[in-house]
Amino acid sequence: MTLPTIEAKHPAGPGLRRSLGVGVAALVWAALYELHDRFWTWLVFDVVRLDPESRLGDAVHFFVYDVTKIALLLTGVIFVVTVLRSFMSVERTRALLGGRREGIGNVVAAGLGVITPFCSCSAVPAFIGFVAAGVPIGVTLSFLIASPLVNEVAIVLLFGMFGWKVTLLYIGGGMAVAVVAGAALGRMHVERWVEPFVFETRLRGRVIDPALGLTWDDRIAIGREEVGTILRKIWPYLLAGIAFGAVIHGWLPADWFADHASGWWGVPLAVVIGVPLYSNAAGVMPLVEALHEKGLPIGTVLAFMMSVVALSTPEMILLRRVLKPRLIATYFAVVALAILATGVGFDLIL
Amino acid sequence: MEIKILGSGCANCQRLEAVAHEATARLGIDATFEKVTDPGEIASWGVMRTPGLVIDDEVVLSGRVPNTDEVAALLQASWSG
Repeated sequence: MTLPTIEAKHPAGPGLRRSLGVGVAALVWAALYELHDRFWTWLVFDVVRLDPESRLGDAVHFFVYDVTKIALLLTGVIFVVTVLRSFMSVERTRALLGGRREGIGNVVAAGLGVITPFCSCSAVPAFIGFVAAGVPIGVTLSFLIASPLVNEVAIVLLFGMFGWKVTLLYIGGGMAVAVVAGAALGRMHVERWVEPFVFETRLRGRVIDPALGLTWDDRIAIGREEVGTILRKIWPYLLAGIAFGAVIHGWLPADWFADHASGWWGVPLAVVIGVPLYSNAAGVMPLVEALHEKGLPIGTVLAFMMSVVALSTPEMILLRRVLKPRLIATYFAVVALAILATGVGFDLIL
Repeated sequence: MEIKILGSGCANCQRLEAVAHEATARLGIDATFEKVTDPGEIASWGVMRTPGLVIDDEVVLSGRVPNTDEVAALLQASWSG
């Protein structure tokens, strides 16, 4: 009796190949993440023979270790989040915000700002698109504030360095800033300070939802591309931030901030310094880590980080095309005040 | 064919333009290219995440840079339909 030979129909079909590819990449990632600390310790202290007790040795190790740690975290996180976010789109967010009133609308907008794939380079068409579709200005602004402030990069890096408690605090605080600042701006009837052509813009044609009709291969390709795009864009900020952090880590005495910056003016000063600085969450994180290590209270640290990432001059220059200077100035003031209040609140709670 | 690239000169818009040029060359289509950088006009096309691709006054793609095959397929679809 002969048995029919059963042949595997798809020994390595596209689905299997894809899962294998992602699986292998994940394994390599995990191995690197597990081993990079030991590698640098070996290279810096055993091969180059820097003294682990010396300031230079300590700072150099901090620098190389943080570069690989943050680069690895970013690569993993951006990939996973981009693939997940490819199911969401600005178009869908706008549809969800369509009939909302202010108040609850600000809360929904801040939440959607966190999960919608969005780049501040598209702030202007998105602003016009939202307003032309009837989303109130204050609600639109809540979305635009939350989007850079509470993003996946910030969340994962905070979690990696400070744990879940600080991360939850940051998410809560950032959402609160976006909701309160957007609602306050809405109350001020800032429509007067929006360039009139925004209200005259008529939408034509059908709207394409970029999240529709993508295959898993598309989503994975989008994730891979996004990793490259973001890393190419932020690496100078990242290196500068880590270098600065390494200097603080190596040379500033422990508890320096606890001794010198523990007054009531800590948070206001952090915001005043942070607002004109422009970086993103990845660049500011090593700095934040080093500052906290030297005794700067966590509320002050988070307020500093928020003011660096939330208010960026390049984004404001773009938004100037739709917002009059009065509104830009008010926007800066309201968001800075909200961050200030959040920072003071954190320091009181903790 | 009239092809419009919507975007304010960001890196992705330039990549999209290059891909679109490549696709028309491959198909041997005679097309005119126009860059739309005005934010009001970009928004009026309903595009909220640049870059956007418009073929013969219809938005066919937005928010990401497709590969040449995809643009070629879109061009053929507008050609026949």
